[in-house]
Amino acid sequence: MSVISETPADHATTQLRAAASAVRRRERRTRGILLAPALTTILLVSILPLSITLIYSFLKPGSYGGVEWSFSTEAYVQFLFERDIFEDTLAFHTAYLQIFGRSILLALVATLGALLLGFPTAYFIATKPREQRNLWLFLITLPFWTNLLIRTYAMLLIVRDEGVINIALMKLGLISEPLAILYTDKAVFIGLIYSYLPFMVLPLYASLEKLDFRLVEAAYDLYASRLKVLRRVIIPLAKPGIVAGCILVFIPGLGAYITPELLGGGKKLMIGNMIAIQVGSSRNWPFGSAAALILMSLVMVSLLIYARSSGREGHSDG
Amino acid sequence: MMERIDLQPVSEGAVRPAVAAENVTKIFGEGPDRVTALDRVSVQIRQNEFFTLLGPSGCGKTTLLRLIAGFEIPDLGLIHLDGQDITALPPHRRPVNTVFQSYALFPHMTVAENIGFGLEMLGQPQLEVDGTVARMLSMVRMEAMAGRRTDQLSGGQQQRVALARALAPNPKVLLLDEPLAALDLKLRKEMQIELKRLQNETGITFVFVTHDQEEALTMSDRVAVMSEGRILQIGSPREIYNHPAHRFVADFIGDINILPGQILSVSAEAMSVALAPNVTIEASCTGIDPREGAVSVAIRPESANIAQMGSQPGLEGVIENIVYFGTATNFHIRLDGGEAFTVRTPSGTDTTLDFSIGDRAVVVLRAGQARILID
Repeated sequence: MSVISETPADHATTQLRAAASAVRRRERRTRGILLAPALTTILLVSILPLSITLIYSFLKPGSYGGVEWSFSTEAYVQFLFERDIFEDTLAFHTAYLQIFGRSILLALVATLGALLLGFPTAYFIATKPREQRNLWLFLITLPFWTNLLIRTYAMLLIVRDEGVINIALMKLGLISEPLAILYTDKAVFIGLIYSYLPFMVLPLYASLEKLDFRLVEAAYDLYASRLKVLRRVIIPLAKPGIVAGCILVFIPGLGAYITPELLGGGKKLMIGNMIAIQVGSSRNWPFGSAAALILMSLVMVSLLIYARSSGREGHSDG
Repeated sequence: MMERIDLQPVSEGAVRPAVAAENVTKIFGEGPDRVTALDRVSVQIRQNEFFTLLGPSGCGKTTLLRLIAGFEIPDLGLIHLDGQDITALPPHRRPVNTVFQSYALFPHMTVAENIGFGLEMLGQPQLEVDGTVARMLSMVRMEAMAGRRTDQLSGGQQQRVALARALAPNPKVLLLDEPLAALDLKLRKEMQIELKRLQNETGITFVFVTHDQEEALTMSDRVAVMSEGRILQIGSPREIYNHPAHRFVADFIGDINILPGQILSVSAEAMSVALAPNVTIEASCTGIDPREGAVSVAIRPESANIAQMGSQPGLEGVIENIVYFGTATNFHIRLDGGEAFTVRTPSGTDTTLDFSIGDRAVVVLRAGQARILID
């Protein structure tokens, strides 16, 4: 390469090209460096444990916990069928399905409860003057300062027979005997709402805060009553927040462990407790892994269906 | 379901104002932040007129509009619609619709759904709603856009949809809150004509809020000029322009020269005022209490001529700037008394070319074109 044979213009172009490719190289390197923490985290805390769970679910349980390294689909079969040990025949049984059903129902009801409580709360905060909103949001997130286990214990003390609720109601003469709340679905329901309410309020707030309240005024102006304004304008526009809040409450609610364990007294199993028992006292790691994966697939499939349908809705409207 | 109120038909003879505000006061905030947005404002808006509330931002014009719409309740005073007290009625029960400055179109509905919303809320059967929506779409020439989402429309199109949506329920009064402010000049001019046409076609009383004096003058039957929570003057555009009563009104509407003067003599309708040692002018002062001593005299730039020194008697000064803008030329003159004075000469007048910046010239005032102002 001789510089002398090049015209000055050629030389400039070459230099520019070299500079551009250097910039591109540097950009690629920067992007790699910036992505590394995220990729490492995903690999270590998500993909790796999930792969282990997936592998374990296709192995045989070890006698004293752990796994025996031979392939088996027994864990998945066990979920729907009971194997007769003597005749080696399979009989369909619904015990685990019932636990799944119960968990889904409880999580759904808790999600609905959190929505009904969270929506007015979020609306209240979103309509406060800007400088007051942060204080209210801070108060909403305050419970996170305490561990969930401790908060759930506190809830146990509140709802038990000699707890604050029952004593107050009895002192007021509204009831003569304590309401049996603790160790029932009611207690689990209350506990789930209490634990996950902030997850509902925050996305709802984010979406209501962005709501253009001039649209609310416009609807009032066009003869809509308060209820109609809520139904026809506020709720449709807050829909992304409602969906996000419901997902954020439903998913951890479905897999809840501490709340049903403490407040349900371990009698009323939810999926989380069942998995814990299988991995723990039952020493059936493959079955626990399989149950965990079934739960995860259920959640993922329902999310996918939702994403598909809302995506299609957006397209057909647009 | 709560219906919007039905108004009694206007009785023969006694024509009630479409909207009447009586001594309306509205205060926002407390303590040091306390702002009197409206201070004992009274106004009567006639049936079927195009009435404009004109003033700079913060003058209370939008507050008055919001009081008529029902978004705010006055602290004092009453608001009547067709003779009926609506002061405490919520917005959804007032037969009044608003075109918002931001248009406030519902983003989750189509154009047709937006226009039909009010009718649907009034409980009209779907068939009737569809019919009215189709009529409204053709009235604002948006038939082709019925199924579009509102975020796919241009500013001008959104404006038309907002208008159609507000007109669809056939309100008694249509309120327009600076609806043209967001449009570019050409579109704004088109919409001005369009609005006037719609008002004529529908016969609905329009109450229009703007800070654009030209817009107010071109469209309105009557204009109320507002400042600091008060209405300073109400009149036809011609009255407001030619006979401003207030210094503020004169200043706000169009360009105007305001000069200090000494009263020489006072008659019933005019004063003789000395502007300079040997320059006097007759200025009208109808509706103003004649006072002694110093007054302000307002003269429009087009009511004065520029002339060569010594050719005619007048106010002398130095030309500081000459601005040509197509239809006319403005001469900015610093008078010997120290005041700035603008003379506007229509294009095609020979004098235009005779002067250059720095020349001394005489400002010749035309008789009967000056006006005494309240400060």
